Amino acid sequence: MSDSATPAPPRGLPMIPEASGALAIIGLGAIGYFLFPDDLAFLTRLIGITLLVLSLDLVTGYCGVATLGHAAQFGVAAYAAGIACVRGVTDPIALLGVGLVAGTMMGLISGALITRFRGLPQLVLSIAVGQLVAALANKLSWLTGGSDGLSGITPGKVFGLYGFDMYSRTAFLFSLGVLLIVFVVLSRFVRSPFGLMCRGIKDDDLRARMIGVSIYPRLVVMYGVSGAVAGLGGALTAISTGVVGLDSVSFERSAEVLVMLVLGGAGHLWGALAGALIFQIFEHIVAAANPFHWMMLVGLLLIGIVVFAPRGLIAPVMALATRLARKGDA
Amino acid sequence: MTELFKARNISLAFGGLRVAQDVSFKLAAGDRVALIGPNGAGKTTLVNLMTGDLAPGNGRFTMAGDDITGFSIAERVRRGLVRTFQTTRLFQTLTVADNVALAIMQRRRITRRVFSAATERPDVRAEWLEILALLGLDRLAYRQVVELAYGQQRLIELAIGLALHPKVLLLDEPAAGVPHDEAPKILEAIDRLPPDIAVLMIEHDMDLVFKFAKRVLVLAAGRLIFEGAPSDVTADHEVRRAYLGSYADARSAS
Amino acid sequence: MRIVLSIATDALAYGMVLFIISIGLSIMMGLMRVVNLAHGAFAMIGGYLASYAIRDLNAPYGLAILIAVIGAIVVSIPFEALLYRRIYRKSDPLIQVLMTIGITFVIIGVVNYIFGPSLKSIPLPNALSGPLDIGFRMVPTHRVFVIACGLITALLLWLLIEKTEFGIKLRASVDHSDMADALGIRTEIIYAVTFALAIGLGAFGGVVGAEILPIEPFYALRYMVTFLVVVSVGGAGSITGALSASLLLGLADTTGKYLAPEFGEFFFYLTVIIIVFLFPRGLFGRSHA
Repeated sequence: MSDSATPAPPRGLPMIPEASGALAIIGLGAIGYFLFPDDLAFLTRLIGITLLVLSLDLVTGYCGVATLGHAAQFGVAAYAAGIACVRGVTDPIALLGVGLVAGTMMGLISGALITRFRGLPQLVLSIAVGQLVAALANKLSWLTGGSDGLSGITPGKVFGLYGFDMYSRTAFLFSLGVLLIVFVVLSRFVRSPFGLMCRGIKDDDLRARMIGVSIYPRLVVMYGVSGAVAGLGGALTAISTGVVGLDSVSFERSAEVLVMLVLGGAGHLWGALAGALIFQIFEHIVAAANPFHWMMLVGLLLIGIVVFAPRGLIAPVMALATRLARKGDA
Repeated sequence: MTELFKARNISLAFGGLRVAQDVSFKLAAGDRVALIGPNGAGKTTLVNLMTGDLAPGNGRFTMAGDDITGFSIAERVRRGLVRTFQTTRLFQTLTVADNVALAIMQRRRITRRVFSAATERPDVRAEWLEILALLGLDRLAYRQVVELAYGQQRLIELAIGLALHPKVLLLDEPAAGVPHDEAPKILEAIDRLPPDIAVLMIEHDMDLVFKFAKRVLVLAAGRLIFEGAPSDVTADHEVRRAYLGSYADARSAS
Repeated sequence: MRIVLSIATDALAYGMVLFIISIGLSIMMGLMRVVNLAHGAFAMIGGYLASYAIRDLNAPYGLAILIAVIGAIVVSIPFEALLYRRIYRKSDPLIQVLMTIGITFVIIGVVNYIFGPSLKSIPLPNALSGPLDIGFRMVPTHRVFVIACGLITALLLWLLIEKTEFGIKLRASVDHSDMADALGIRTEIIYAVTFALAIGLGAFGGVVGAEILPIEPFYALRYMVTFLVVVSVGGAGSITGALSASLLLGLADTTGKYLAPEFGEFFFYLTVIIIVFLFPRGLFGRSHA
């Protein structure tokens, strides 16, 4: 460490996180597109869920809200986009907009209920809100298709040019583009004054109030942003798979994305990205063989993470990156 | 002098234990007041009542004439009532610079911005650099708070307090746990506070009290038993009684 | 009138099953402050063991219950010693949630590996199957049995907690954990015994409630949330709370299913949201300083 009076900021150029995020996503996308052309349908679904994990990271990783009902935002948006499409709105961009708005609304409602409390009541409210949405999705079958799922979603061409093909090429590239934009925007967002304050609230909410912050409205707003991201994921999934099922609002979905987030490392966008990627690829391979073996493996992994690496797999990587950066400065 | 803060007939009881009894005092612009008293006298409780962390059973608080008794913690801070904590309460996983920058940005109402730079905004950076330099913390700016020694964390508490530009500053034992060679920095920082703000300091170290305070409040068993000049405090009969172990008597007598 | 009686019997029986399984979790959450999402997994172990004992070993029903309870406790001991102890009282809910979801997944995986992934029936003895004449109408005997089990459980627990040395220590530890340490109460032993008691009750409830909550491969996951909700609504650590929450939620759920079956669990969770929002510590919860 230097002893000079004015410390240098730890990072170099201001746009580095955004640029490296964009490059990483383009790189991974290229690998997927060119090396696994037969798995693009799976990779497209993976991107949709990845957006949900990023969304969860905003409230759990950055604000410390423990939630087991986050699929509600995703599912409501997926249904909204799906229903809009079935009823004649077929432009993919417009459908994304529908998902974004629906997810934001659901996020604001959930946030208003859930962030009122901390600890157990918060957790139980998050579960109850999620289950309530799931029960409604099941019940309103004239609208949602109920347990049969909502099908017949056939979106039009992207920008009026690129139709959705059976190899999912368009769907994959479209989803990748959305993920890219969201990741870059969020990289900026989490380092903004608002994002930094949310991390402060997570660390110590009394201290945050003692510098004059009203924390409840902020957490609700953060939930709205998180809902918007989840909503994009839900809409993408509806558009690219053509069906929306009850699984998209289920408790299992909520629990699964929480596992992905913690596996990768909550509180880092990179952690959310890594967790979503690793978990889903392994799930794709192992769960197909035997779902119970997969559950056992995930269970052991979770216990291992909590006991040995509570900050997720990304933590050692980040520590290494920081050390290299410091060495670079010196 | 202009009155900045007033406590009128503040009382609070936890179960049967009366932790504040009919406490009244004023803080005016430029005041440098020490709040002393034996352990368990209710000093920190009184600060918690002032900041809104606890609600009084009886009595009113006013700031610049406005009743703030029903205000939330955050609203009081926005009006300029700022405290530091006895046991440090900092944003542990953030850097020192982030901690101070958050206070600066909150004061300047820019923490709602979602795309601008935060800690590294040039004007924000200039301000936290100045505060950290004053407290000798500038070379630790990019360290995580959780890595720092307790004494250094106490100084960051004070840095956050300064960054909020308080009108009324409540310091809860600012020097406790700070190593001897760094303690003068605290007094120096307090000396450099704008002369027109009111400072109330809870302190056990009587040397520090005499250096700092123009006026002393003595609290025993939740009651204010003395208010006056530092030079008179040791001579006061009731204060002596309270400190000489008759704390139990004081409680039962009331 | 008939439908009202049917709802009442079913709601009461369902509520009692919820109570028997959840009360252990409630005591555990009140004392050890651990959000144990794996509680249902231990109830499931009890169910699988009882089913195995009756169908493969031809054990009588009573013995099967005993095997289930003791078996579940034995299985739970390593989990308590190696994992739960780490997260008592101090951890944030997220860590507790993750670890206990992990434990649930492991148990589901292992149980289905050993016993096979199919629905496990627990055949009732003749005395408990069929209808019972309660004077003015017939009700299923099993429902009456479950209700009786619930009442007896509540009574015995009340006696244990109010009238025994263990109960006094337990209450002291719940209310003043630091004081309990100072008084020389070995809290780790209290914790271990309470954990075993909680698991045993869970397994017992899993077996006697199998007619209402069938034992199947994803039992632990399906009802994971239900038990936690009961505790949260009632207030952790309170017998009265758990009993009233169980009956209330049993009633909300059963009534909803009778009157508007397509609404599924909608009424159940609507009730939960309202109660938790109004009483964040639960109906009978105490504040912990």
